[in-house]
Amino acid sequence: MSGERPVGTRRARAGDRLLHLYTWLIIIWLSSPIAVMIMFGFNDKQSKSNTTWQGFTLRWYAELFELSDLTTALLNSLVIALVSTALTVVVGTMLGLALGRHRFRGKSVTNFLIFAAISTPELVMGASLLSLFVSGNVPRGAVTIVVAHVLFSLSFVVVTVRARIVTLDPSLEEAARDLGATAWGTFRQVTLPAIMPGVLAGGMLAFALSIDDYVVTSFVNGSTVTFPLWIVGAVKTGVPAQVNVMGTLIFGVGVLIAVGNAVAARRRA
Amino acid sequence: MTGLSAIELEDVVKEYHSHGEVVQAVRGVTLGIEEGEFFSLLGPSGCGKTTTMRMIAGFEAPTKGVVRLHGQDVTGVPPNKRDINMVFQSYALFPHLSVWDNVAFGLRQRRTPKEEIDRRVGEMLEIVDLAERGRRMPRQLSGGQQQRVALARALVNRPRALLLDEPLGALDLKLRQAMQIELKRIQREVGITFVYVTHDQGEALTMSDRIAVMNDGVVEQLAGPREIYERPASAFVAGFIGTSNLLSGSATGGELAIGGGRVLVPGHDGDVTVTVRPEKITIGTDEPARDCSAVRGTVAEVVYLGTYNSYAVSLADGAEITVFQQNVHDATATAERGDSVWLSWRAQHSYVIGS
Repeated sequence: MSGERPVGTRRARAGDRLLHLYTWLIIIWLSSPIAVMIMFGFNDKQSKSNTTWQGFTLRWYAELFELSDLTTALLNSLVIALVSTALTVVVGTMLGLALGRHRFRGKSVTNFLIFAAISTPELVMGASLLSLFVSGNVPRGAVTIVVAHVLFSLSFVVVTVRARIVTLDPSLEEAARDLGATAWGTFRQVTLPAIMPGVLAGGMLAFALSIDDYVVTSFVNGSTVTFPLWIVGAVKTGVPAQVNVMGTLIFGVGVLIAVGNAVAARRRA
Repeated sequence: MTGLSAIELEDVVKEYHSHGEVVQAVRGVTLGIEEGEFFSLLGPSGCGKTTTMRMIAGFEAPTKGVVRLHGQDVTGVPPNKRDINMVFQSYALFPHLSVWDNVAFGLRQRRTPKEEIDRRVGEMLEIVDLAERGRRMPRQLSGGQQQRVALARALVNRPRALLLDEPLGALDLKLRQAMQIELKRIQREVGITFVYVTHDQGEALTMSDRIAVMNDGVVEQLAGPREIYERPASAFVAGFIGTSNLLSGSATGGELAIGGGRVLVPGHDGDVTVTVRPEKITIGTDEPARDCSAVRGTVAEVVYLGTYNSYAVSLADGAEITVFQQNVHDATATAERGDSVWLSWRAQHSYVIGS
């Protein structure tokens, strides 16, 4: 017995080390593109292309909004993402509530459509939306982009909200009504706080999907240029370092939200 | 029915549609609950007691019939417009609100001034012995404490009636017994009508002023606990409340010939069903006096239950009678398995069902 113990321990220790190594490799693999993006935002490049390190500079941060087309594209993307997220959250929460709480004619069809919207390839969705807009004589632009973005991110909000609502004890809402709350008061004071984590998660997904969407947007944009569209267009001639800086800032905001969420979750527990 | 009942149901029916079929959960209930009364709706699961309570609260609309609160027809009135509150089986405490905010919820809906909310919530938490826990979140409390928060949250609104849906179901036995006494005390203190839904007959007997025993969507009997226990209106009530022996047969001259003996049923002739409670029966070897009901049988089983012994005695005609005998003197059983015994009880302890 006593002779076997150290062997087993040694083997377990070797396994631990292997797991550590493996974990770090995954982390490096996942974060290296981000690290490269951030790094080349500080690259003191002289040529058009931004692929070789030529020294440190803060110039691109100072000249962040010098390229007016890029700035317009980023603003377009932010506005479109905010508007489409707001619409998606409102409509998606209502749909999620209906599907999670109520029985109605057409419920299973709706459930199927929600799933179909997630599983449809973006190319197919983009192409069919374009033909829909063309045949309906709808002028393409920011509005059609918002419509398209709401369409493909709606399902994610519905799914996260529905998941919350089915685990919510229906007697909570009855208790609120019993204590004198109106239907709207019950929703605002009891239902919404309870499903808030689902609403927020769905909303963040919607925002993330919208702000970096290229495929669907490229079909329905008309003459409106968004951040991803501008970058793809610039790839042929060389991507300016401002793109890296903007990417870094967007990533930073995302990290802040994630950290804030983790802190709030720990405080709640 | 007096016109001053706190709660009145008049021929209330509730139907559900399930898989294309119509299911009647409540099939014509008429009852009146008096002001300040501790009233229980008692019955097995699926008997319609919870549906009946939910119609009083306003969560379900009756398919037919009228619900009146203090003389006013409230049949179509939503729950938030009814002057009654409910304690839910799951407590239904708002998980994102502190104990204090849970209790204050009802008062805030009615835009009660802040000082009054503070005073009443404080008083209420005092009554349920949770004054120190106002800042806690519901999940940080034990089951018994959550139960008391639910009670406080309902009572702080000073409703004219309080509905309780199996509120003690989730508590363990000791706590449940303590809460029964506690509930009764609170009800006396606040003096409002309590409507208590339970499937636990012991609970109903202990706490209630009156009990409506429900079965299969109808009220089988509505009476005080003693009446229901001693004079059950139906075989169902006799069987559901405590243990009961049912003896049926055809009586002649006020006597029912059964198991080599007789059951006295003065004033009854023809087919009757008689109920006798197990603790009223004496077990012995000597032939009892003529003025008692007495039957002969063989002891089939003796079970020692601490404060009493339970005997199962088989009669000659195959019927089985349960007898409880208190262990007053010593722990040895009066009779053993296989013994031939006489069972006897006084004439007034046989109750003819439906009489």
